[in-house]
Amino acid sequence: MSGFIAEPLSEDALLLRFGDSIDPAINARVHAAAARLRAANLPNVSDIAPAYASLLIRFDPLTWVDASEKNPHACLLAAVEPLLRDPGAAPVSAAESRIVEIPVCYGGEFGPDLDEAARRAQLDAREFIVRHTAADYSVAMLGFAPGFPYLLGLDPILHVPRRPVPRTRVPAGSVAIGGAQTGIYPRELPGGWQIIGRTPSILFDAAREPPCVLAPGDRVRFRAIDGDEFAVLAKT
Amino acid sequence: MTVEVIKPGLLITPQDLGRAGFAHLGIGRAGAFDVPAFRLANALAANARDACALEMTLLGPTLRFHCDARIAVAGAPLPMQIDGADQPMWSPLFIRAGQTLTFGAMRSGSRTYLAVQGGFDFEPVLGGRSLDVNAAIGPLGRPLHAGDVLAVREAGNGKRETKAHWSIDPRPWFDTESPLRLLPATHTHLLDAESREALFSQAFQVGNDSNRVGVRLCGAQLRLARPVELISEACVAGTLQLPPSGEPIALGVEHPVSGGYPRIGQIAVVDLPRLAQRRPGDALRFAPCTLEQAQRALRERERQLREMERLIATRLKHDA
Repeated sequence: MSGFIAEPLSEDALLLRFGDSIDPAINARVHAAAARLRAANLPNVSDIAPAYASLLIRFDPLTWVDASEKNPHACLLAAVEPLLRDPGAAPVSAAESRIVEIPVCYGGEFGPDLDEAARRAQLDAREFIVRHTAADYSVAMLGFAPGFPYLLGLDPILHVPRRPVPRTRVPAGSVAIGGAQTGIYPRELPGGWQIIGRTPSILFDAAREPPCVLAPGDRVRFRAIDGDEFAVLAKT
Repeated sequence: MTVEVIKPGLLITPQDLGRAGFAHLGIGRAGAFDVPAFRLANALAANARDACALEMTLLGPTLRFHCDARIAVAGAPLPMQIDGADQPMWSPLFIRAGQTLTFGAMRSGSRTYLAVQGGFDFEPVLGGRSLDVNAAIGPLGRPLHAGDVLAVREAGNGKRETKAHWSIDPRPWFDTESPLRLLPATHTHLLDAESREALFSQAFQVGNDSNRVGVRLCGAQLRLARPVELISEACVAGTLQLPPSGEPIALGVEHPVSGGYPRIGQIAVVDLPRLAQRRPGDALRFAPCTLEQAQRALRERERQLREMERLIATRLKHDA
């Protein structure tokens, strides 16, 4: 669990870095650390936000100072380190994570890049879909836009490069692949990933509690649906 | 208790101190870009420091008040009138139902705050009343339009007109010239020698496409000594990113919560208001600073700000 480098990002932010690559094992350690820090309920800490290999802690630098006016990052780190040191507690195993099913209508007008992506992968479109739905994904982090999940677990055969010219508008719900990453656009956004399908699920709604369908560390499975089922689910 | 937007100005947004606690869901803070000006406008309007106020950008709006209200305006200097009569900024003011508040263009700087006693009464979105323009999260989901009618909260402590005319000295709270203190960041040491030198010797120019998401700095191409392959990591306001163009971008209060560009510096929190007030075409320089110096400066600024908020509250009580 230990084995991180702490780096001050700004006066009110500390970054814990567990590695420097996109690696499920490193990402699992990030989520385990995040879970422990959340459970510890540290005072005057506002954000604990995982990324692929690092964890952001935002805090109030005016309160995280001790009597000797030691620097706030050192004070915070002194509180954080013991929480992450205990070797007894294993990282959260995949079995303990939530599994969220995301229905996807692949190809056609919802997935304009499916055929091109399949051609690059030397698969036919049907095989491409089978492989995309067969994998077990995990939410490495949310970023880029509110509720945008970066998913780990994409079958290496399905790695296809980004489009040379990004689209100015990618529709909400688009399921897309960019290199080794796959993700879902929560709302209409510009984007350069290859769009292979669309989900009727509303990934982000600020008026909902919680606002996002997916949280960091969740497991995700895609289920292929047809246009009729898409239409039905989109109404519910 | 309403205020009607007659002319919307350039980019007028409801703001508070932002919504913390959602970075893990990809949701940023937003909030007032120039926090001291925002807090002082609220203090002068007899509000709590996080009451919802309007942030104006470069050109202010025209507003008709349908209620009596105590108001205050702080930030970048701009002409303002109530029914055609000039009014001072940084000062407690009173406006009557039926009167029109008119703002002009800012003479320098970029952002000015209008606070109304009681605060603008929007439903909170994810715990905040700040509009994230880019993510379309927050009150209205968009900047103000002509015809919008904004509710104002009932203020408990009365709305008697005061005859007192006084204002606070804006000089400690508004600055478009001083260099911004810059802390070293993750990839500062990877800049080539020429770029490291240029970072502190060069006067950058604020780009036209600057906004609450980021301020583009033009005039010097900075480069890393060797390319690095980076994975997405957290960003915070004030992070100085280096995209492939070589022109750095200083992240503002609506920055994406993560990014994959090299981080070549971090603007001290205490100087974010100065970043907020630079307008396209303005010069911007950096001065080197250590984390300890930045922490000290932030503590000192907070002390002065609280002292000023306390003085204002005392004076307002005295006036009443």
